[in-house]
Amino acid sequence: MIPPTFDYLVPATLPEAIALLHEHGDEAKVLAGGHSLIPAMRLRFAEPSHLIDISHIPGLDYIREEGGFLKIGTMAREVVLEDLPWISERYPLLVDTTKMIADPQVRNLATVGGNLAHGDPANDHPATMLAYRAEIEIIGASGARTVPIDEFFTDFFTTALEHGEILSEIRIPIPPVLSGGCYLKVERKVGDYAAAAVAVQLSLAADGSIEQAGIGLTNVAALPTRAVNAEKALRGQQPSDALFAHVGELAADASSPADDLRGSAEYKLTLIRELTQRALRRSVERAQGRS
Amino acid sequence: MGKMIGESIKRVEDHRFITGTGEYTDDIVLPRMTHAYILRSHLAHAKIKSVDTTAAKSADGVVAVFTGEDVAHINGIPTGWQVNFTDGEVMREPKHPLLVKDKALHVGDGVAIVIAESKEQARDAADLIEVDYEELSVVVDASKALEAGAPMVHDELPDNRAFDWQLGDKVAADTGMAKAHHVTKMRIRNQRMIANAIEPRSYIGDYSKARDKYTLYTSSQNPHVIRLLMCAFVLGIPEHKTRVVSKDVGGGFGSKIFHYAEEALVTWASQQIARPVKWTAERSEAFVTDAHGRDHNTIAEMGFDKDGNITALRVHTDANLGAYLSTFAPAIPTYLYGTLLQGQYVTPAIHVTVNGVFTHTTPVDAYRGAGRPEATYLLERLIDTAAAEMGMDPAELRMKNFIPAFDGVEQPGYQTQVALQYDSGDYEATMRKALDVLGYNDLRKEQEEARKQGRYIGIGFSSYIEACGIAPSAVVGSLGARAGLYESANVRVQPTGKVSVHTGSHSHGQGHDTTFAQVAADHLGIALEDIEIIHGDTEQVPFGMGTYGSRSLAVGGSAIVKALDKVKEKGAKVAAHLLEASEQDLEYIDGKWTVKGTDKSIGFGEVALASYVPHNFPEGLEPGIEFNSFYDPANFTYPFGTYIAVVEVDAETGTTEIKRFVAVDDVGNVVNPMIVDGQVHGGLAQGIGQALLEGAVYDESGQLTTGTYLDYAMPRADDLPSFEVDRNVTPCPHNPLGVKGCGEAGAIGSTPAIVNAVVDALRPLGIKDLEMPLTPQKVWAAIHNANA
Amino acid sequence: MKVSMTVNGVAVSHDVEPRTLLVQFLRENLGLTGTHVGCDTSSCGACTLILNGEAVKSCSLLAAQCEGAEVTTIEGLAASDGTLHPIQEGFREKHGLQCGYCTPGMIMSSVQLLQRNPNPSDQEIRHALEGNFCRCTGYDNIVKAVQWAASQS
Repeated sequence: MIPPTFDYLVPATLPEAIALLHEHGDEAKVLAGGHSLIPAMRLRFAEPSHLIDISHIPGLDYIREEGGFLKIGTMAREVVLEDLPWISERYPLLVDTTKMIADPQVRNLATVGGNLAHGDPANDHPATMLAYRAEIEIIGASGARTVPIDEFFTDFFTTALEHGEILSEIRIPIPPVLSGGCYLKVERKVGDYAAAAVAVQLSLAADGSIEQAGIGLTNVAALPTRAVNAEKALRGQQPSDALFAHVGELAADASSPADDLRGSAEYKLTLIRELTQRALRRSVERAQGRS
Repeated sequence: MGKMIGESIKRVEDHRFITGTGEYTDDIVLPRMTHAYILRSHLAHAKIKSVDTTAAKSADGVVAVFTGEDVAHINGIPTGWQVNFTDGEVMREPKHPLLVKDKALHVGDGVAIVIAESKEQARDAADLIEVDYEELSVVVDASKALEAGAPMVHDELPDNRAFDWQLGDKVAADTGMAKAHHVTKMRIRNQRMIANAIEPRSYIGDYSKARDKYTLYTSSQNPHVIRLLMCAFVLGIPEHKTRVVSKDVGGGFGSKIFHYAEEALVTWASQQIARPVKWTAERSEAFVTDAHGRDHNTIAEMGFDKDGNITALRVHTDANLGAYLSTFAPAIPTYLYGTLLQGQYVTPAIHVTVNGVFTHTTPVDAYRGAGRPEATYLLERLIDTAAAEMGMDPAELRMKNFIPAFDGVEQPGYQTQVALQYDSGDYEATMRKALDVLGYNDLRKEQEEARKQGRYIGIGFSSYIEACGIAPSAVVGSLGARAGLYESANVRVQPTGKVSVHTGSHSHGQGHDTTFAQVAADHLGIALEDIEIIHGDTEQVPFGMGTYGSRSLAVGGSAIVKALDKVKEKGAKVAAHLLEASEQDLEYIDGKWTVKGTDKSIGFGEVALASYVPHNFPEGLEPGIEFNSFYDPANFTYPFGTYIAVVEVDAETGTTEIKRFVAVDDVGNVVNPMIVDGQVHGGLAQGIGQALLEGAVYDESGQLTTGTYLDYAMPRADDLPSFEVDRNVTPCPHNPLGVKGCGEAGAIGSTPAIVNAVVDALRPLGIKDLEMPLTPQKVWAAIHNANA
Repeated sequence: MKVSMTVNGVAVSHDVEPRTLLVQFLRENLGLTGTHVGCDTSSCGACTLILNGEAVKSCSLLAAQCEGAEVTTIEGLAASDGTLHPIQEGFREKHGLQCGYCTPGMIMSSVQLLQRNPNPSDQEIRHALEGNFCRCTGYDNIVKAVQWAASQS
């Protein structure tokens, strides 16, 4: 219940935050929404020496389309995604995902940036960002760099963020017309981490065939997982149940889940198979403007 | 009369709760109060080689640190029920110390208490204590603990058993089984549950040196019993110089009945440091220190003749008691379990045997229903399975075997094969009403249609009976109870005619402030606002056995009625004197004594005033109006009902959706229907939680792998349906209110209804049984294996 | 460190350790004990209050993070003349509480729910309350309580 002691610092700008991270070394941590970090500190799983609260830095909570991307500032709260009608219309996968995260109170404070930066393969946004082929902008002492989402997750609970760097922006390529996406998750109880979940984002050609597809998988490996072969198998094909069944198999092949309280490995593979098919059907319907 | 009882009066206690002005134990702040943190064993079984508190003692703000060594001279936490071995050996009761000195026996066993100026300081200093553990081998499962060579929980106790027990007629049961045309035999696991009241346990010990007096503030369901156990059995301090206070209590569900080590610890420590000491459990601490519930491994078989009449029932259970015997632990898998195996059925022969077993786990005790859900679950799973095996409708098979209706007045009570005598019941009536509410026949057709479309819809029944208002004292005493199980009340009429009712029952959410006031208002014919219900303080209430076992209205309410009768009796004497009439000529209506056939009358308030200003008073009569009553019931009460669940299973993912839940209860007379419905709802949610979501899981090393809300799946609003509740009324024949109790019914009846429904849904796949909780993955695995 | 904020319309300021949680600040520094603590994993929602217009779990926030914030707790929900908020009334009318421990958090979540969705369906209410545990009521009457409040406007 009681976190260990630490020093609390409130930088006014991102460069100042980065300077503080460098000054205080490895035991300093960035505090954004705090909804992963503070519970971990209360259980004393995390004992940072310094907390650098970036939530008071102005201008980090934007959500806007610009230069071919949907840009999400690192401090944008989950709840804002839920509430913007144009987001619901154009980014249904993103809204599906947001609504599956924890609960309303948590979503009021939790940030998309934090969900990604935590590097937890059980979190929901990583799979979604894989499906969207997003990019992550990282700011450090030497300026900004951009990392494709496929290179962002490097190990269990580890990301491309180096010490002294802050995730500053998430960039989702604006989907073309005739696009649709969907996030489906099986959880033991409401608000739980996924036993398994599937994120699908696809776009259709004028003839109704699948032009582009992204499939991300949640909590079926040490890292958030892209179903590469499944994506390939969709490209150029007309949607059909037989195709989706095959792609479901390929998505399961891409998974290497472990047995845990949320299910056996075998069960999780079945979920991936089934959820992939359901998510594909739904995504196509959405791309066709049928739902 | 009759204006209040039976009405859904809005609760008078609600105002404080909805405005944030309730007063829970952790809300209390005393002058000079210190804060305690308890360092606990992170190992399930370990020798404690040394505990070094040097650094902790000199840490900032630390007032004192005590270890198992410091409290070794203090008695352990006692057990309130004795169940001896069938061969006469007395129950084995290992010491349950306030803090362990030599050995930790479960994860969460207390090793040291740190007391500091702030809870932050206490917490930080605990990190400085160095404990040298030597890890020992562990057993967590009751049946495995009985195997030869299993790790020993208590070195001096040979086979990990606290007792064994049996009930019923073995010869008759064996004979009945031998002649059965069909036998249904099942291995049944009733998983371990954690009550999880949302208010964590909280205690403040406050010793006054000036008055040599102890006060304990506690989040307990029964403050008087805590005082008795702590004073007489643990600390050896004088009961009359000890006050135990429970203010608002944030839920209990059984887990706050028991006397816990921390209660005695803060009380003792407060005397040591001459300052108040507060301890409040953290949730992760509550998970490993609140007594758990259930955890039975059972083999049960039920025999039937060729027409489907039950011929016999045989049951054997290994009951996991955890590392120590909690307050009522021995009673739960015996007298509250085996005695309920008659169910609603005319089973002619029953025999049950039980082993009470120690393991390296948190102690197990009563959890909502306590024994009765375990009995109901196995009976209702057996009969449902038998119906399928014999090709009979599960509702019809039940009705064929129901005990015929009896009211306990014209017809005698029903003597079971397992010691109890049911008070009154009409079991077929609740079944028929439930079938009507559900629209059973139509639903079976829908189920058929759905199956043709490849959808899996199931209908599950459960016809439960429970024993509430556990009593009478002489009987429970003969069964091993070390306490009486009566209840007390004190009714104090104030000079202005306002009435203070003191009760030994103690609400932790049941709405006593309202229900008891309704009873008193009707009996006295005065306004609800003129009555105050007082409970939870040993200095205000004569004595009390507390609130659990759905006993408060049946036992505590009856005690109040008895005291109210005495008030009216004396009031009549005063009224007769003032009206210059004879008592026989008076009638008491709407708060007034009236001389029959005249308009001469005198009100309750005037009689009250005259009693305290007795200028004109009956000769020889004492002034004042205040009466105590101790009510010891003639029998248990036996609520019953039939529940029906309708579910749909997604065969691809294994997820279960509850489409409908119909609950028809008969809890006797009802004082406040709104509150009774609420009690049923809450019970249903917990029972459904057990069926689908919840379950405490220990790994082989004795770690609780479901030790936070992230891993222990408690139902949220979106996990549950809206409930369809209805009622019949068969009054209890032996208490003045005719009430039976409603607090546990939902939790007892709902669990098997859900499991039966899921199994019914999947029966076309050849699935006959599933182990709780029916998580998506378990259901999926069963389907997967069935298909393979 | 010094932390200042406005709680139920009153400006408050206290010296606290940086690790002080918002719920501790309220309960221990201000004596506002209506906000409860039921867990240590931000799961139970008993500590829910309104921070700058949004329902949040005050056990997962540092008081320091709330510097300059506007906080409304259960104690500040009724009007200054004591008139109850419709949701408070709804909980009493529909028996949406038993032991009362989860109730302040449940009410504060419901306040947010009706602000965002004044005419919710039962299912929307259940979904919006998924951050709050109640162990007593089975939630059915809580849904009815929120519907009652929604019907008042």
